[in-house]
Amino acid sequence: MGGFFKSSIGRKVAMALSAFFLMFFLLQHLFINMLSVFSPDAFNEVSHFMGTNPLVQYALQPVLIFAVVFHFVMGFILELKNKKANGVAYARNNGAANSTWSSRNMIYSGLVILAFIVLHFIDFWIPEINTKYIVGDMSGLHNGEFRYYHELVEKFQNPLRVGAYVISFVLLGLHLAHGFTSAFQSMGSTAGRKKNLQAFGKAYSIIVPLGFVIIALFHHLFNNH
Amino acid sequence: MNLTLKIWRQADSSSKGQMVDYKVTEISEHMSFLEMMDVLNEQLVNSGEEPVAFDHDCREGICGMCSMYINGEAHGPDRGVTTCQLHMRMFKDGDTITIEPFRAAAFPVIKDLVVDRTSFERIQQAGGYISVNTSGNTQDANSIPISKHAADEAMDAATCIGCGACVATCKNSSAMLFVGAKVSQYALLPQGQVEAADRVQNMVAQMDLEGFGNCTNTGACEVECPKGISLDNIARMNRELMKAAVK
Ligand code: HEM
Ligand code: SF4
Ligand code: FES
Repeated sequence: MGGFFKSSIGRKVAMALSAFFLMFFLLQHLFINMLSVFSPDAFNEVSHFMGTNPLVQYALQPVLIFAVVFHFVMGFILELKNKKANGVAYARNNGAANSTWSSRNMIYSGLVILAFIVLHFIDFWIPEINTKYIVGDMSGLHNGEFRYYHELVEKFQNPLRVGAYVISFVLLGLHLAHGFTSAFQSMGSTAGRKKNLQAFGKAYSIIVPLGFVIIALFHHLFNNH
Repeated sequence: MNLTLKIWRQADSSSKGQMVDYKVTEISEHMSFLEMMDVLNEQLVNSGEEPVAFDHDCREGICGMCSMYINGEAHGPDRGVTTCQLHMRMFKDGDTITIEPFRAAAFPVIKDLVVDRTSFERIQQAGGYISVNTSGNTQDANSIPISKHAADEAMDAATCIGCGACVATCKNSSAMLFVGAKVSQYALLPQGQVEAADRVQNMVAQMDLEGFGNCTNTGACEVECPKGISLDNIARMNRELMKAAVK
């Protein structure tokens, strides 16, 4: 088994497994954030639950961090190995004749997502960890009210931040346009090459990023205070 | 047709190469690409220059020797053909055609457009066979029933001619379409089962050792493959390797 994950194919399988976890995570993240558009109270309740539940905080959160770090570190390792496998660069190479832009530029869309994740950590995750585990305030309250919704809306007032989010999500969509079906192929399944799953993958890679964009724009445009 | 050719010239494996421009005139659209190259070489020989070295043998699309990267695509712009089967009618009078060798670290240039593809042979030697006694006591071909579906798929995989266009095309210089085809042609048949686990493990290990890259499923190889080898073969190879790992 140890040899398996050292092989080129084993690494791709590990890459796909981490990607599946991330795609599942993204879906639940979208559902929770969507609540902020429809019901601030529900958003506060769920946020407080996710932020204080021991299972989420001490089991799922470390797994998520591991998956993200593993995914991009392995992405870089494979990219470097692939560059080394190339000979002299072609004087003329017509990549568009046989493959999609998104499939050829996974590392670039990935890099933008990585930059986004860093920004996102600074925006939400670090303040959250600070309040809860450094300051030690697990109440989730500010001036006697739940603080989560208020903090979210506050963040999306800055047009630069909203712009950066929108660009990142477009790149995430492109990453997933190839990645969703690619992950099935890496796992040895031909399902990703069939119409049904291709349609589902396309829908996922449009709807999920678009959902996040709508949330950011909604709070920016309609929630001034 | 009158054409401008931009061709990679390299004296030997250790020297630095460069693109050199040539002109050819009165090329018939019925010529194959290699016949056009023959015309160029005749011209070069007559003027006392070194002809362009390129690989070829059968010139009918079955040996897998010819290997040119033409206008940014392995075996040129046509689909389902090798360079020897590519016709000049795919080009227009006055065109500039860029001709380069198949590029990959595991395919070093020997001279001009000729590359060393023995890395493929070493992958084959690592497991691309079945161990049966073929000396005189050959079994009747119909004594082991094989479903039509499996036989067809195995046959499709076996049509790979080992040309290396998949590697040349791949942005990762991955050999997985070739190895996937070679693993699949045995994995699909009962005769291949005995050595199945060792085969896939050894062939993949050799492929990695030769310095081929990692597939990112762009699908470019499948489009450029002259034999239409399907990406399904890569998925099958991945399954075979997973199966072998948990054994
Ligand atoms: C942290 C920044 C990220 C980087 C640097 C990155 C980079 C990469 C690279 C280089 C690949 C391999 C190319 C390929 O297999 O085609 C890849 C594959 C993939 N990535 Fe990412 N990625 C990142 C984040 C994400 C995120 C957040 C998701 C999903 C929510 C994701 C989903 C996928 C999927 C589905 C694949 C295909 C897996 C496979 O083919 O085995 N990536 N990523
Ligand atoms: S898979 Fe296709 S492109 Fe690759 S070596 Fe075989 S015939 Fe050539
Ligand atoms: S020369 Fe044999 S396939 Fe082209």
